[in-house]
Amino acid sequence: MKRSLFGRLWPNATAVVLFAGFVFPVYWMFATALKPTGDILSEDPVWFPTDITFEHFGTATDVDHFWTYVTNSLTVTVLAVLFALVIALAGSFALARMRFRGRRGFVIGFMLAQMAPWEVMIIAMYMIVRDASMLNSLVPLTLFYMMMILPFTILTLRGFVAAVPKELEESAMVDGCTRAQAFRRIILPLLAPGLMATSLFGFITAWNEFALVLVLNKDAGAQTLPLWLSSFQTQFGDDWGATMAASSLFAVPILILFVFLQRKAVSGLTAGAVKG
Amino acid sequence: MTVQTERPPSGPADLREADGGKGGGPTPPAASRAGALAPYLLLLPALVASVLLLGWPLLKDVLLSFQNLNMGQLIQHVTEWNGVDNYQETLTSEDFWRVTLRSILFTAVNVVLIMVLGTLTGLLLARLGRRMRVTLLLGLVLAWAMPIVAATTVYQWLFAQRFGVVNWVLDKLGWHSMADYSWTSSQMSTFFVVTVLIVWMSIPFVAINLYAATTTIPGELYEAAALDGAGAWRSFTTVTLPFLRPFLYATTFLEIIWVFKAFVQVYLINGGGPDRLTEILPVYAYVEGVGNQHYGMGAAIAVLTIAILLGLTAYYLRIVLKQEEDEL
Repeated sequence: MKRSLFGRLWPNATAVVLFAGFVFPVYWMFATALKPTGDILSEDPVWFPTDITFEHFGTATDVDHFWTYVTNSLTVTVLAVLFALVIALAGSFALARMRFRGRRGFVIGFMLAQMAPWEVMIIAMYMIVRDASMLNSLVPLTLFYMMMILPFTILTLRGFVAAVPKELEESAMVDGCTRAQAFRRIILPLLAPGLMATSLFGFITAWNEFALVLVLNKDAGAQTLPLWLSSFQTQFGDDWGATMAASSLFAVPILILFVFLQRKAVSGLTAGAVKG
Repeated sequence: MTVQTERPPSGPADLREADGGKGGGPTPPAASRAGALAPYLLLLPALVASVLLLGWPLLKDVLLSFQNLNMGQLIQHVTEWNGVDNYQETLTSEDFWRVTLRSILFTAVNVVLIMVLGTLTGLLLARLGRRMRVTLLLGLVLAWAMPIVAATTVYQWLFAQRFGVVNWVLDKLGWHSMADYSWTSSQMSTFFVVTVLIVWMSIPFVAINLYAATTTIPGELYEAAALDGAGAWRSFTTVTLPFLRPFLYATTFLEIIWVFKAFVQVYLINGGGPDRLTEILPVYAYVEGVGNQHYGMGAAIAVLTIAILLGLTAYYLRIVLKQEEDEL
């Protein structure tokens, strides 16, 4: 079936418009961050930054405690992802490879846990943490973030473990490996893409988390980057250059990771957690 | 969501041998009692974490909702049970029902927009040439990857009253009254900004996954449909749509949950304002509970919110769970 010129043209035209719509906010964030204030506050928008300046990045990072926020965010995120990976690896292996009573119950349980409305449970979490005298500490944050990403990690890794041919593992065991050795030497290396994909999503969730840290940690020393970013609006009022510089700094690590790992991540997502 | 209670560690879930050889397989030769325990030991850390870090907060939320817990009781560490007072007060307050209705409408509008536009974008991706498709995918991935807090700040800047690009464009297009329009000054305009933001960040997930799903549709099906004389529309409704239906159900279900609890976007754009007119249930629970320090009250609202969310998703939840059961 031959398509008319119009029939060939409109999908491409629509795609161009959509592309512009999706990219523009991201582009505008970087463009604003790099423009001198005069170009930001101009009656007609300056579409392309010509005089590139880095002063806004200076303003954004000059805030008190900036490096504390960075360290806190990194600590909490990396630890949460690591703990979740270790716990999930064990669990997903059992779910994908072993047969036991209650397996279905576990899978359904994790599916439900994945949908837990954390934003709504904040008051209870605040009370628990306060009763344990752990407010303004990174420990509860790490633990709760770990739990937020754990169900997703288990379900996704289950898909990846199941995709490793059983025969590989069995032949290793025939050759004298114990089950643990077979797991470590055969399955684990093959799981690398799966581990990357799941840790990417875990990383994003923990890096982004805002509501819980807002309530739990009022002390600047225990706060994370999302709070720093959201407080910009109020602190700097209309200093959009600095605000966009801060947003850029916050977004760049995720954008880079995501664009590079996207393909694997998406296939992992469809293979594991979201049945399509 | 009552998660843990629905997960019997070794409950009556009958072990059907419907594994299809995918998950089970022959038990290793050294299968002893230790071998039978192994899966439970491997799942133990995950189970303990779930019970302590998810089950306990859920239970705590229910317990708090039956307590009179305000600033005074909080400071003095006293527990005052007050029965169903919080629920009674919440359920009879006009505010709660207004916020509930608003949340449901807000979720409905957003999810419909996300699903329709996301599906169309996904189908478009399938139709594009390779180069154009990769370009559009890149754009979608960028929007998808934007951290929520960063995206929210960017949207505040795009919709800023002074020097915001949106107002400038509207002014140039002829709506001169929009030149200095404050988007956060009214309920509908604030919701408009929040909706654009949420739809923008949610479409990529639907579109990319839908596109991935369409690539798994066997081409023969289309050929067969064409042989039977089906046109483009008919082959879409008889081949594409049935194939994508489970995916669409699952995605709609996830989007309902994600939009319904979109605390961060709503809270950061305008704090639920102006005049608390854009508070949706999670924000309402937060403002009543933490902001106004009626913690017991906030907990009751949270429990009701979870119940409403379960109600909204019950239909899909059943389908999704059934699918999962069939596959196990």
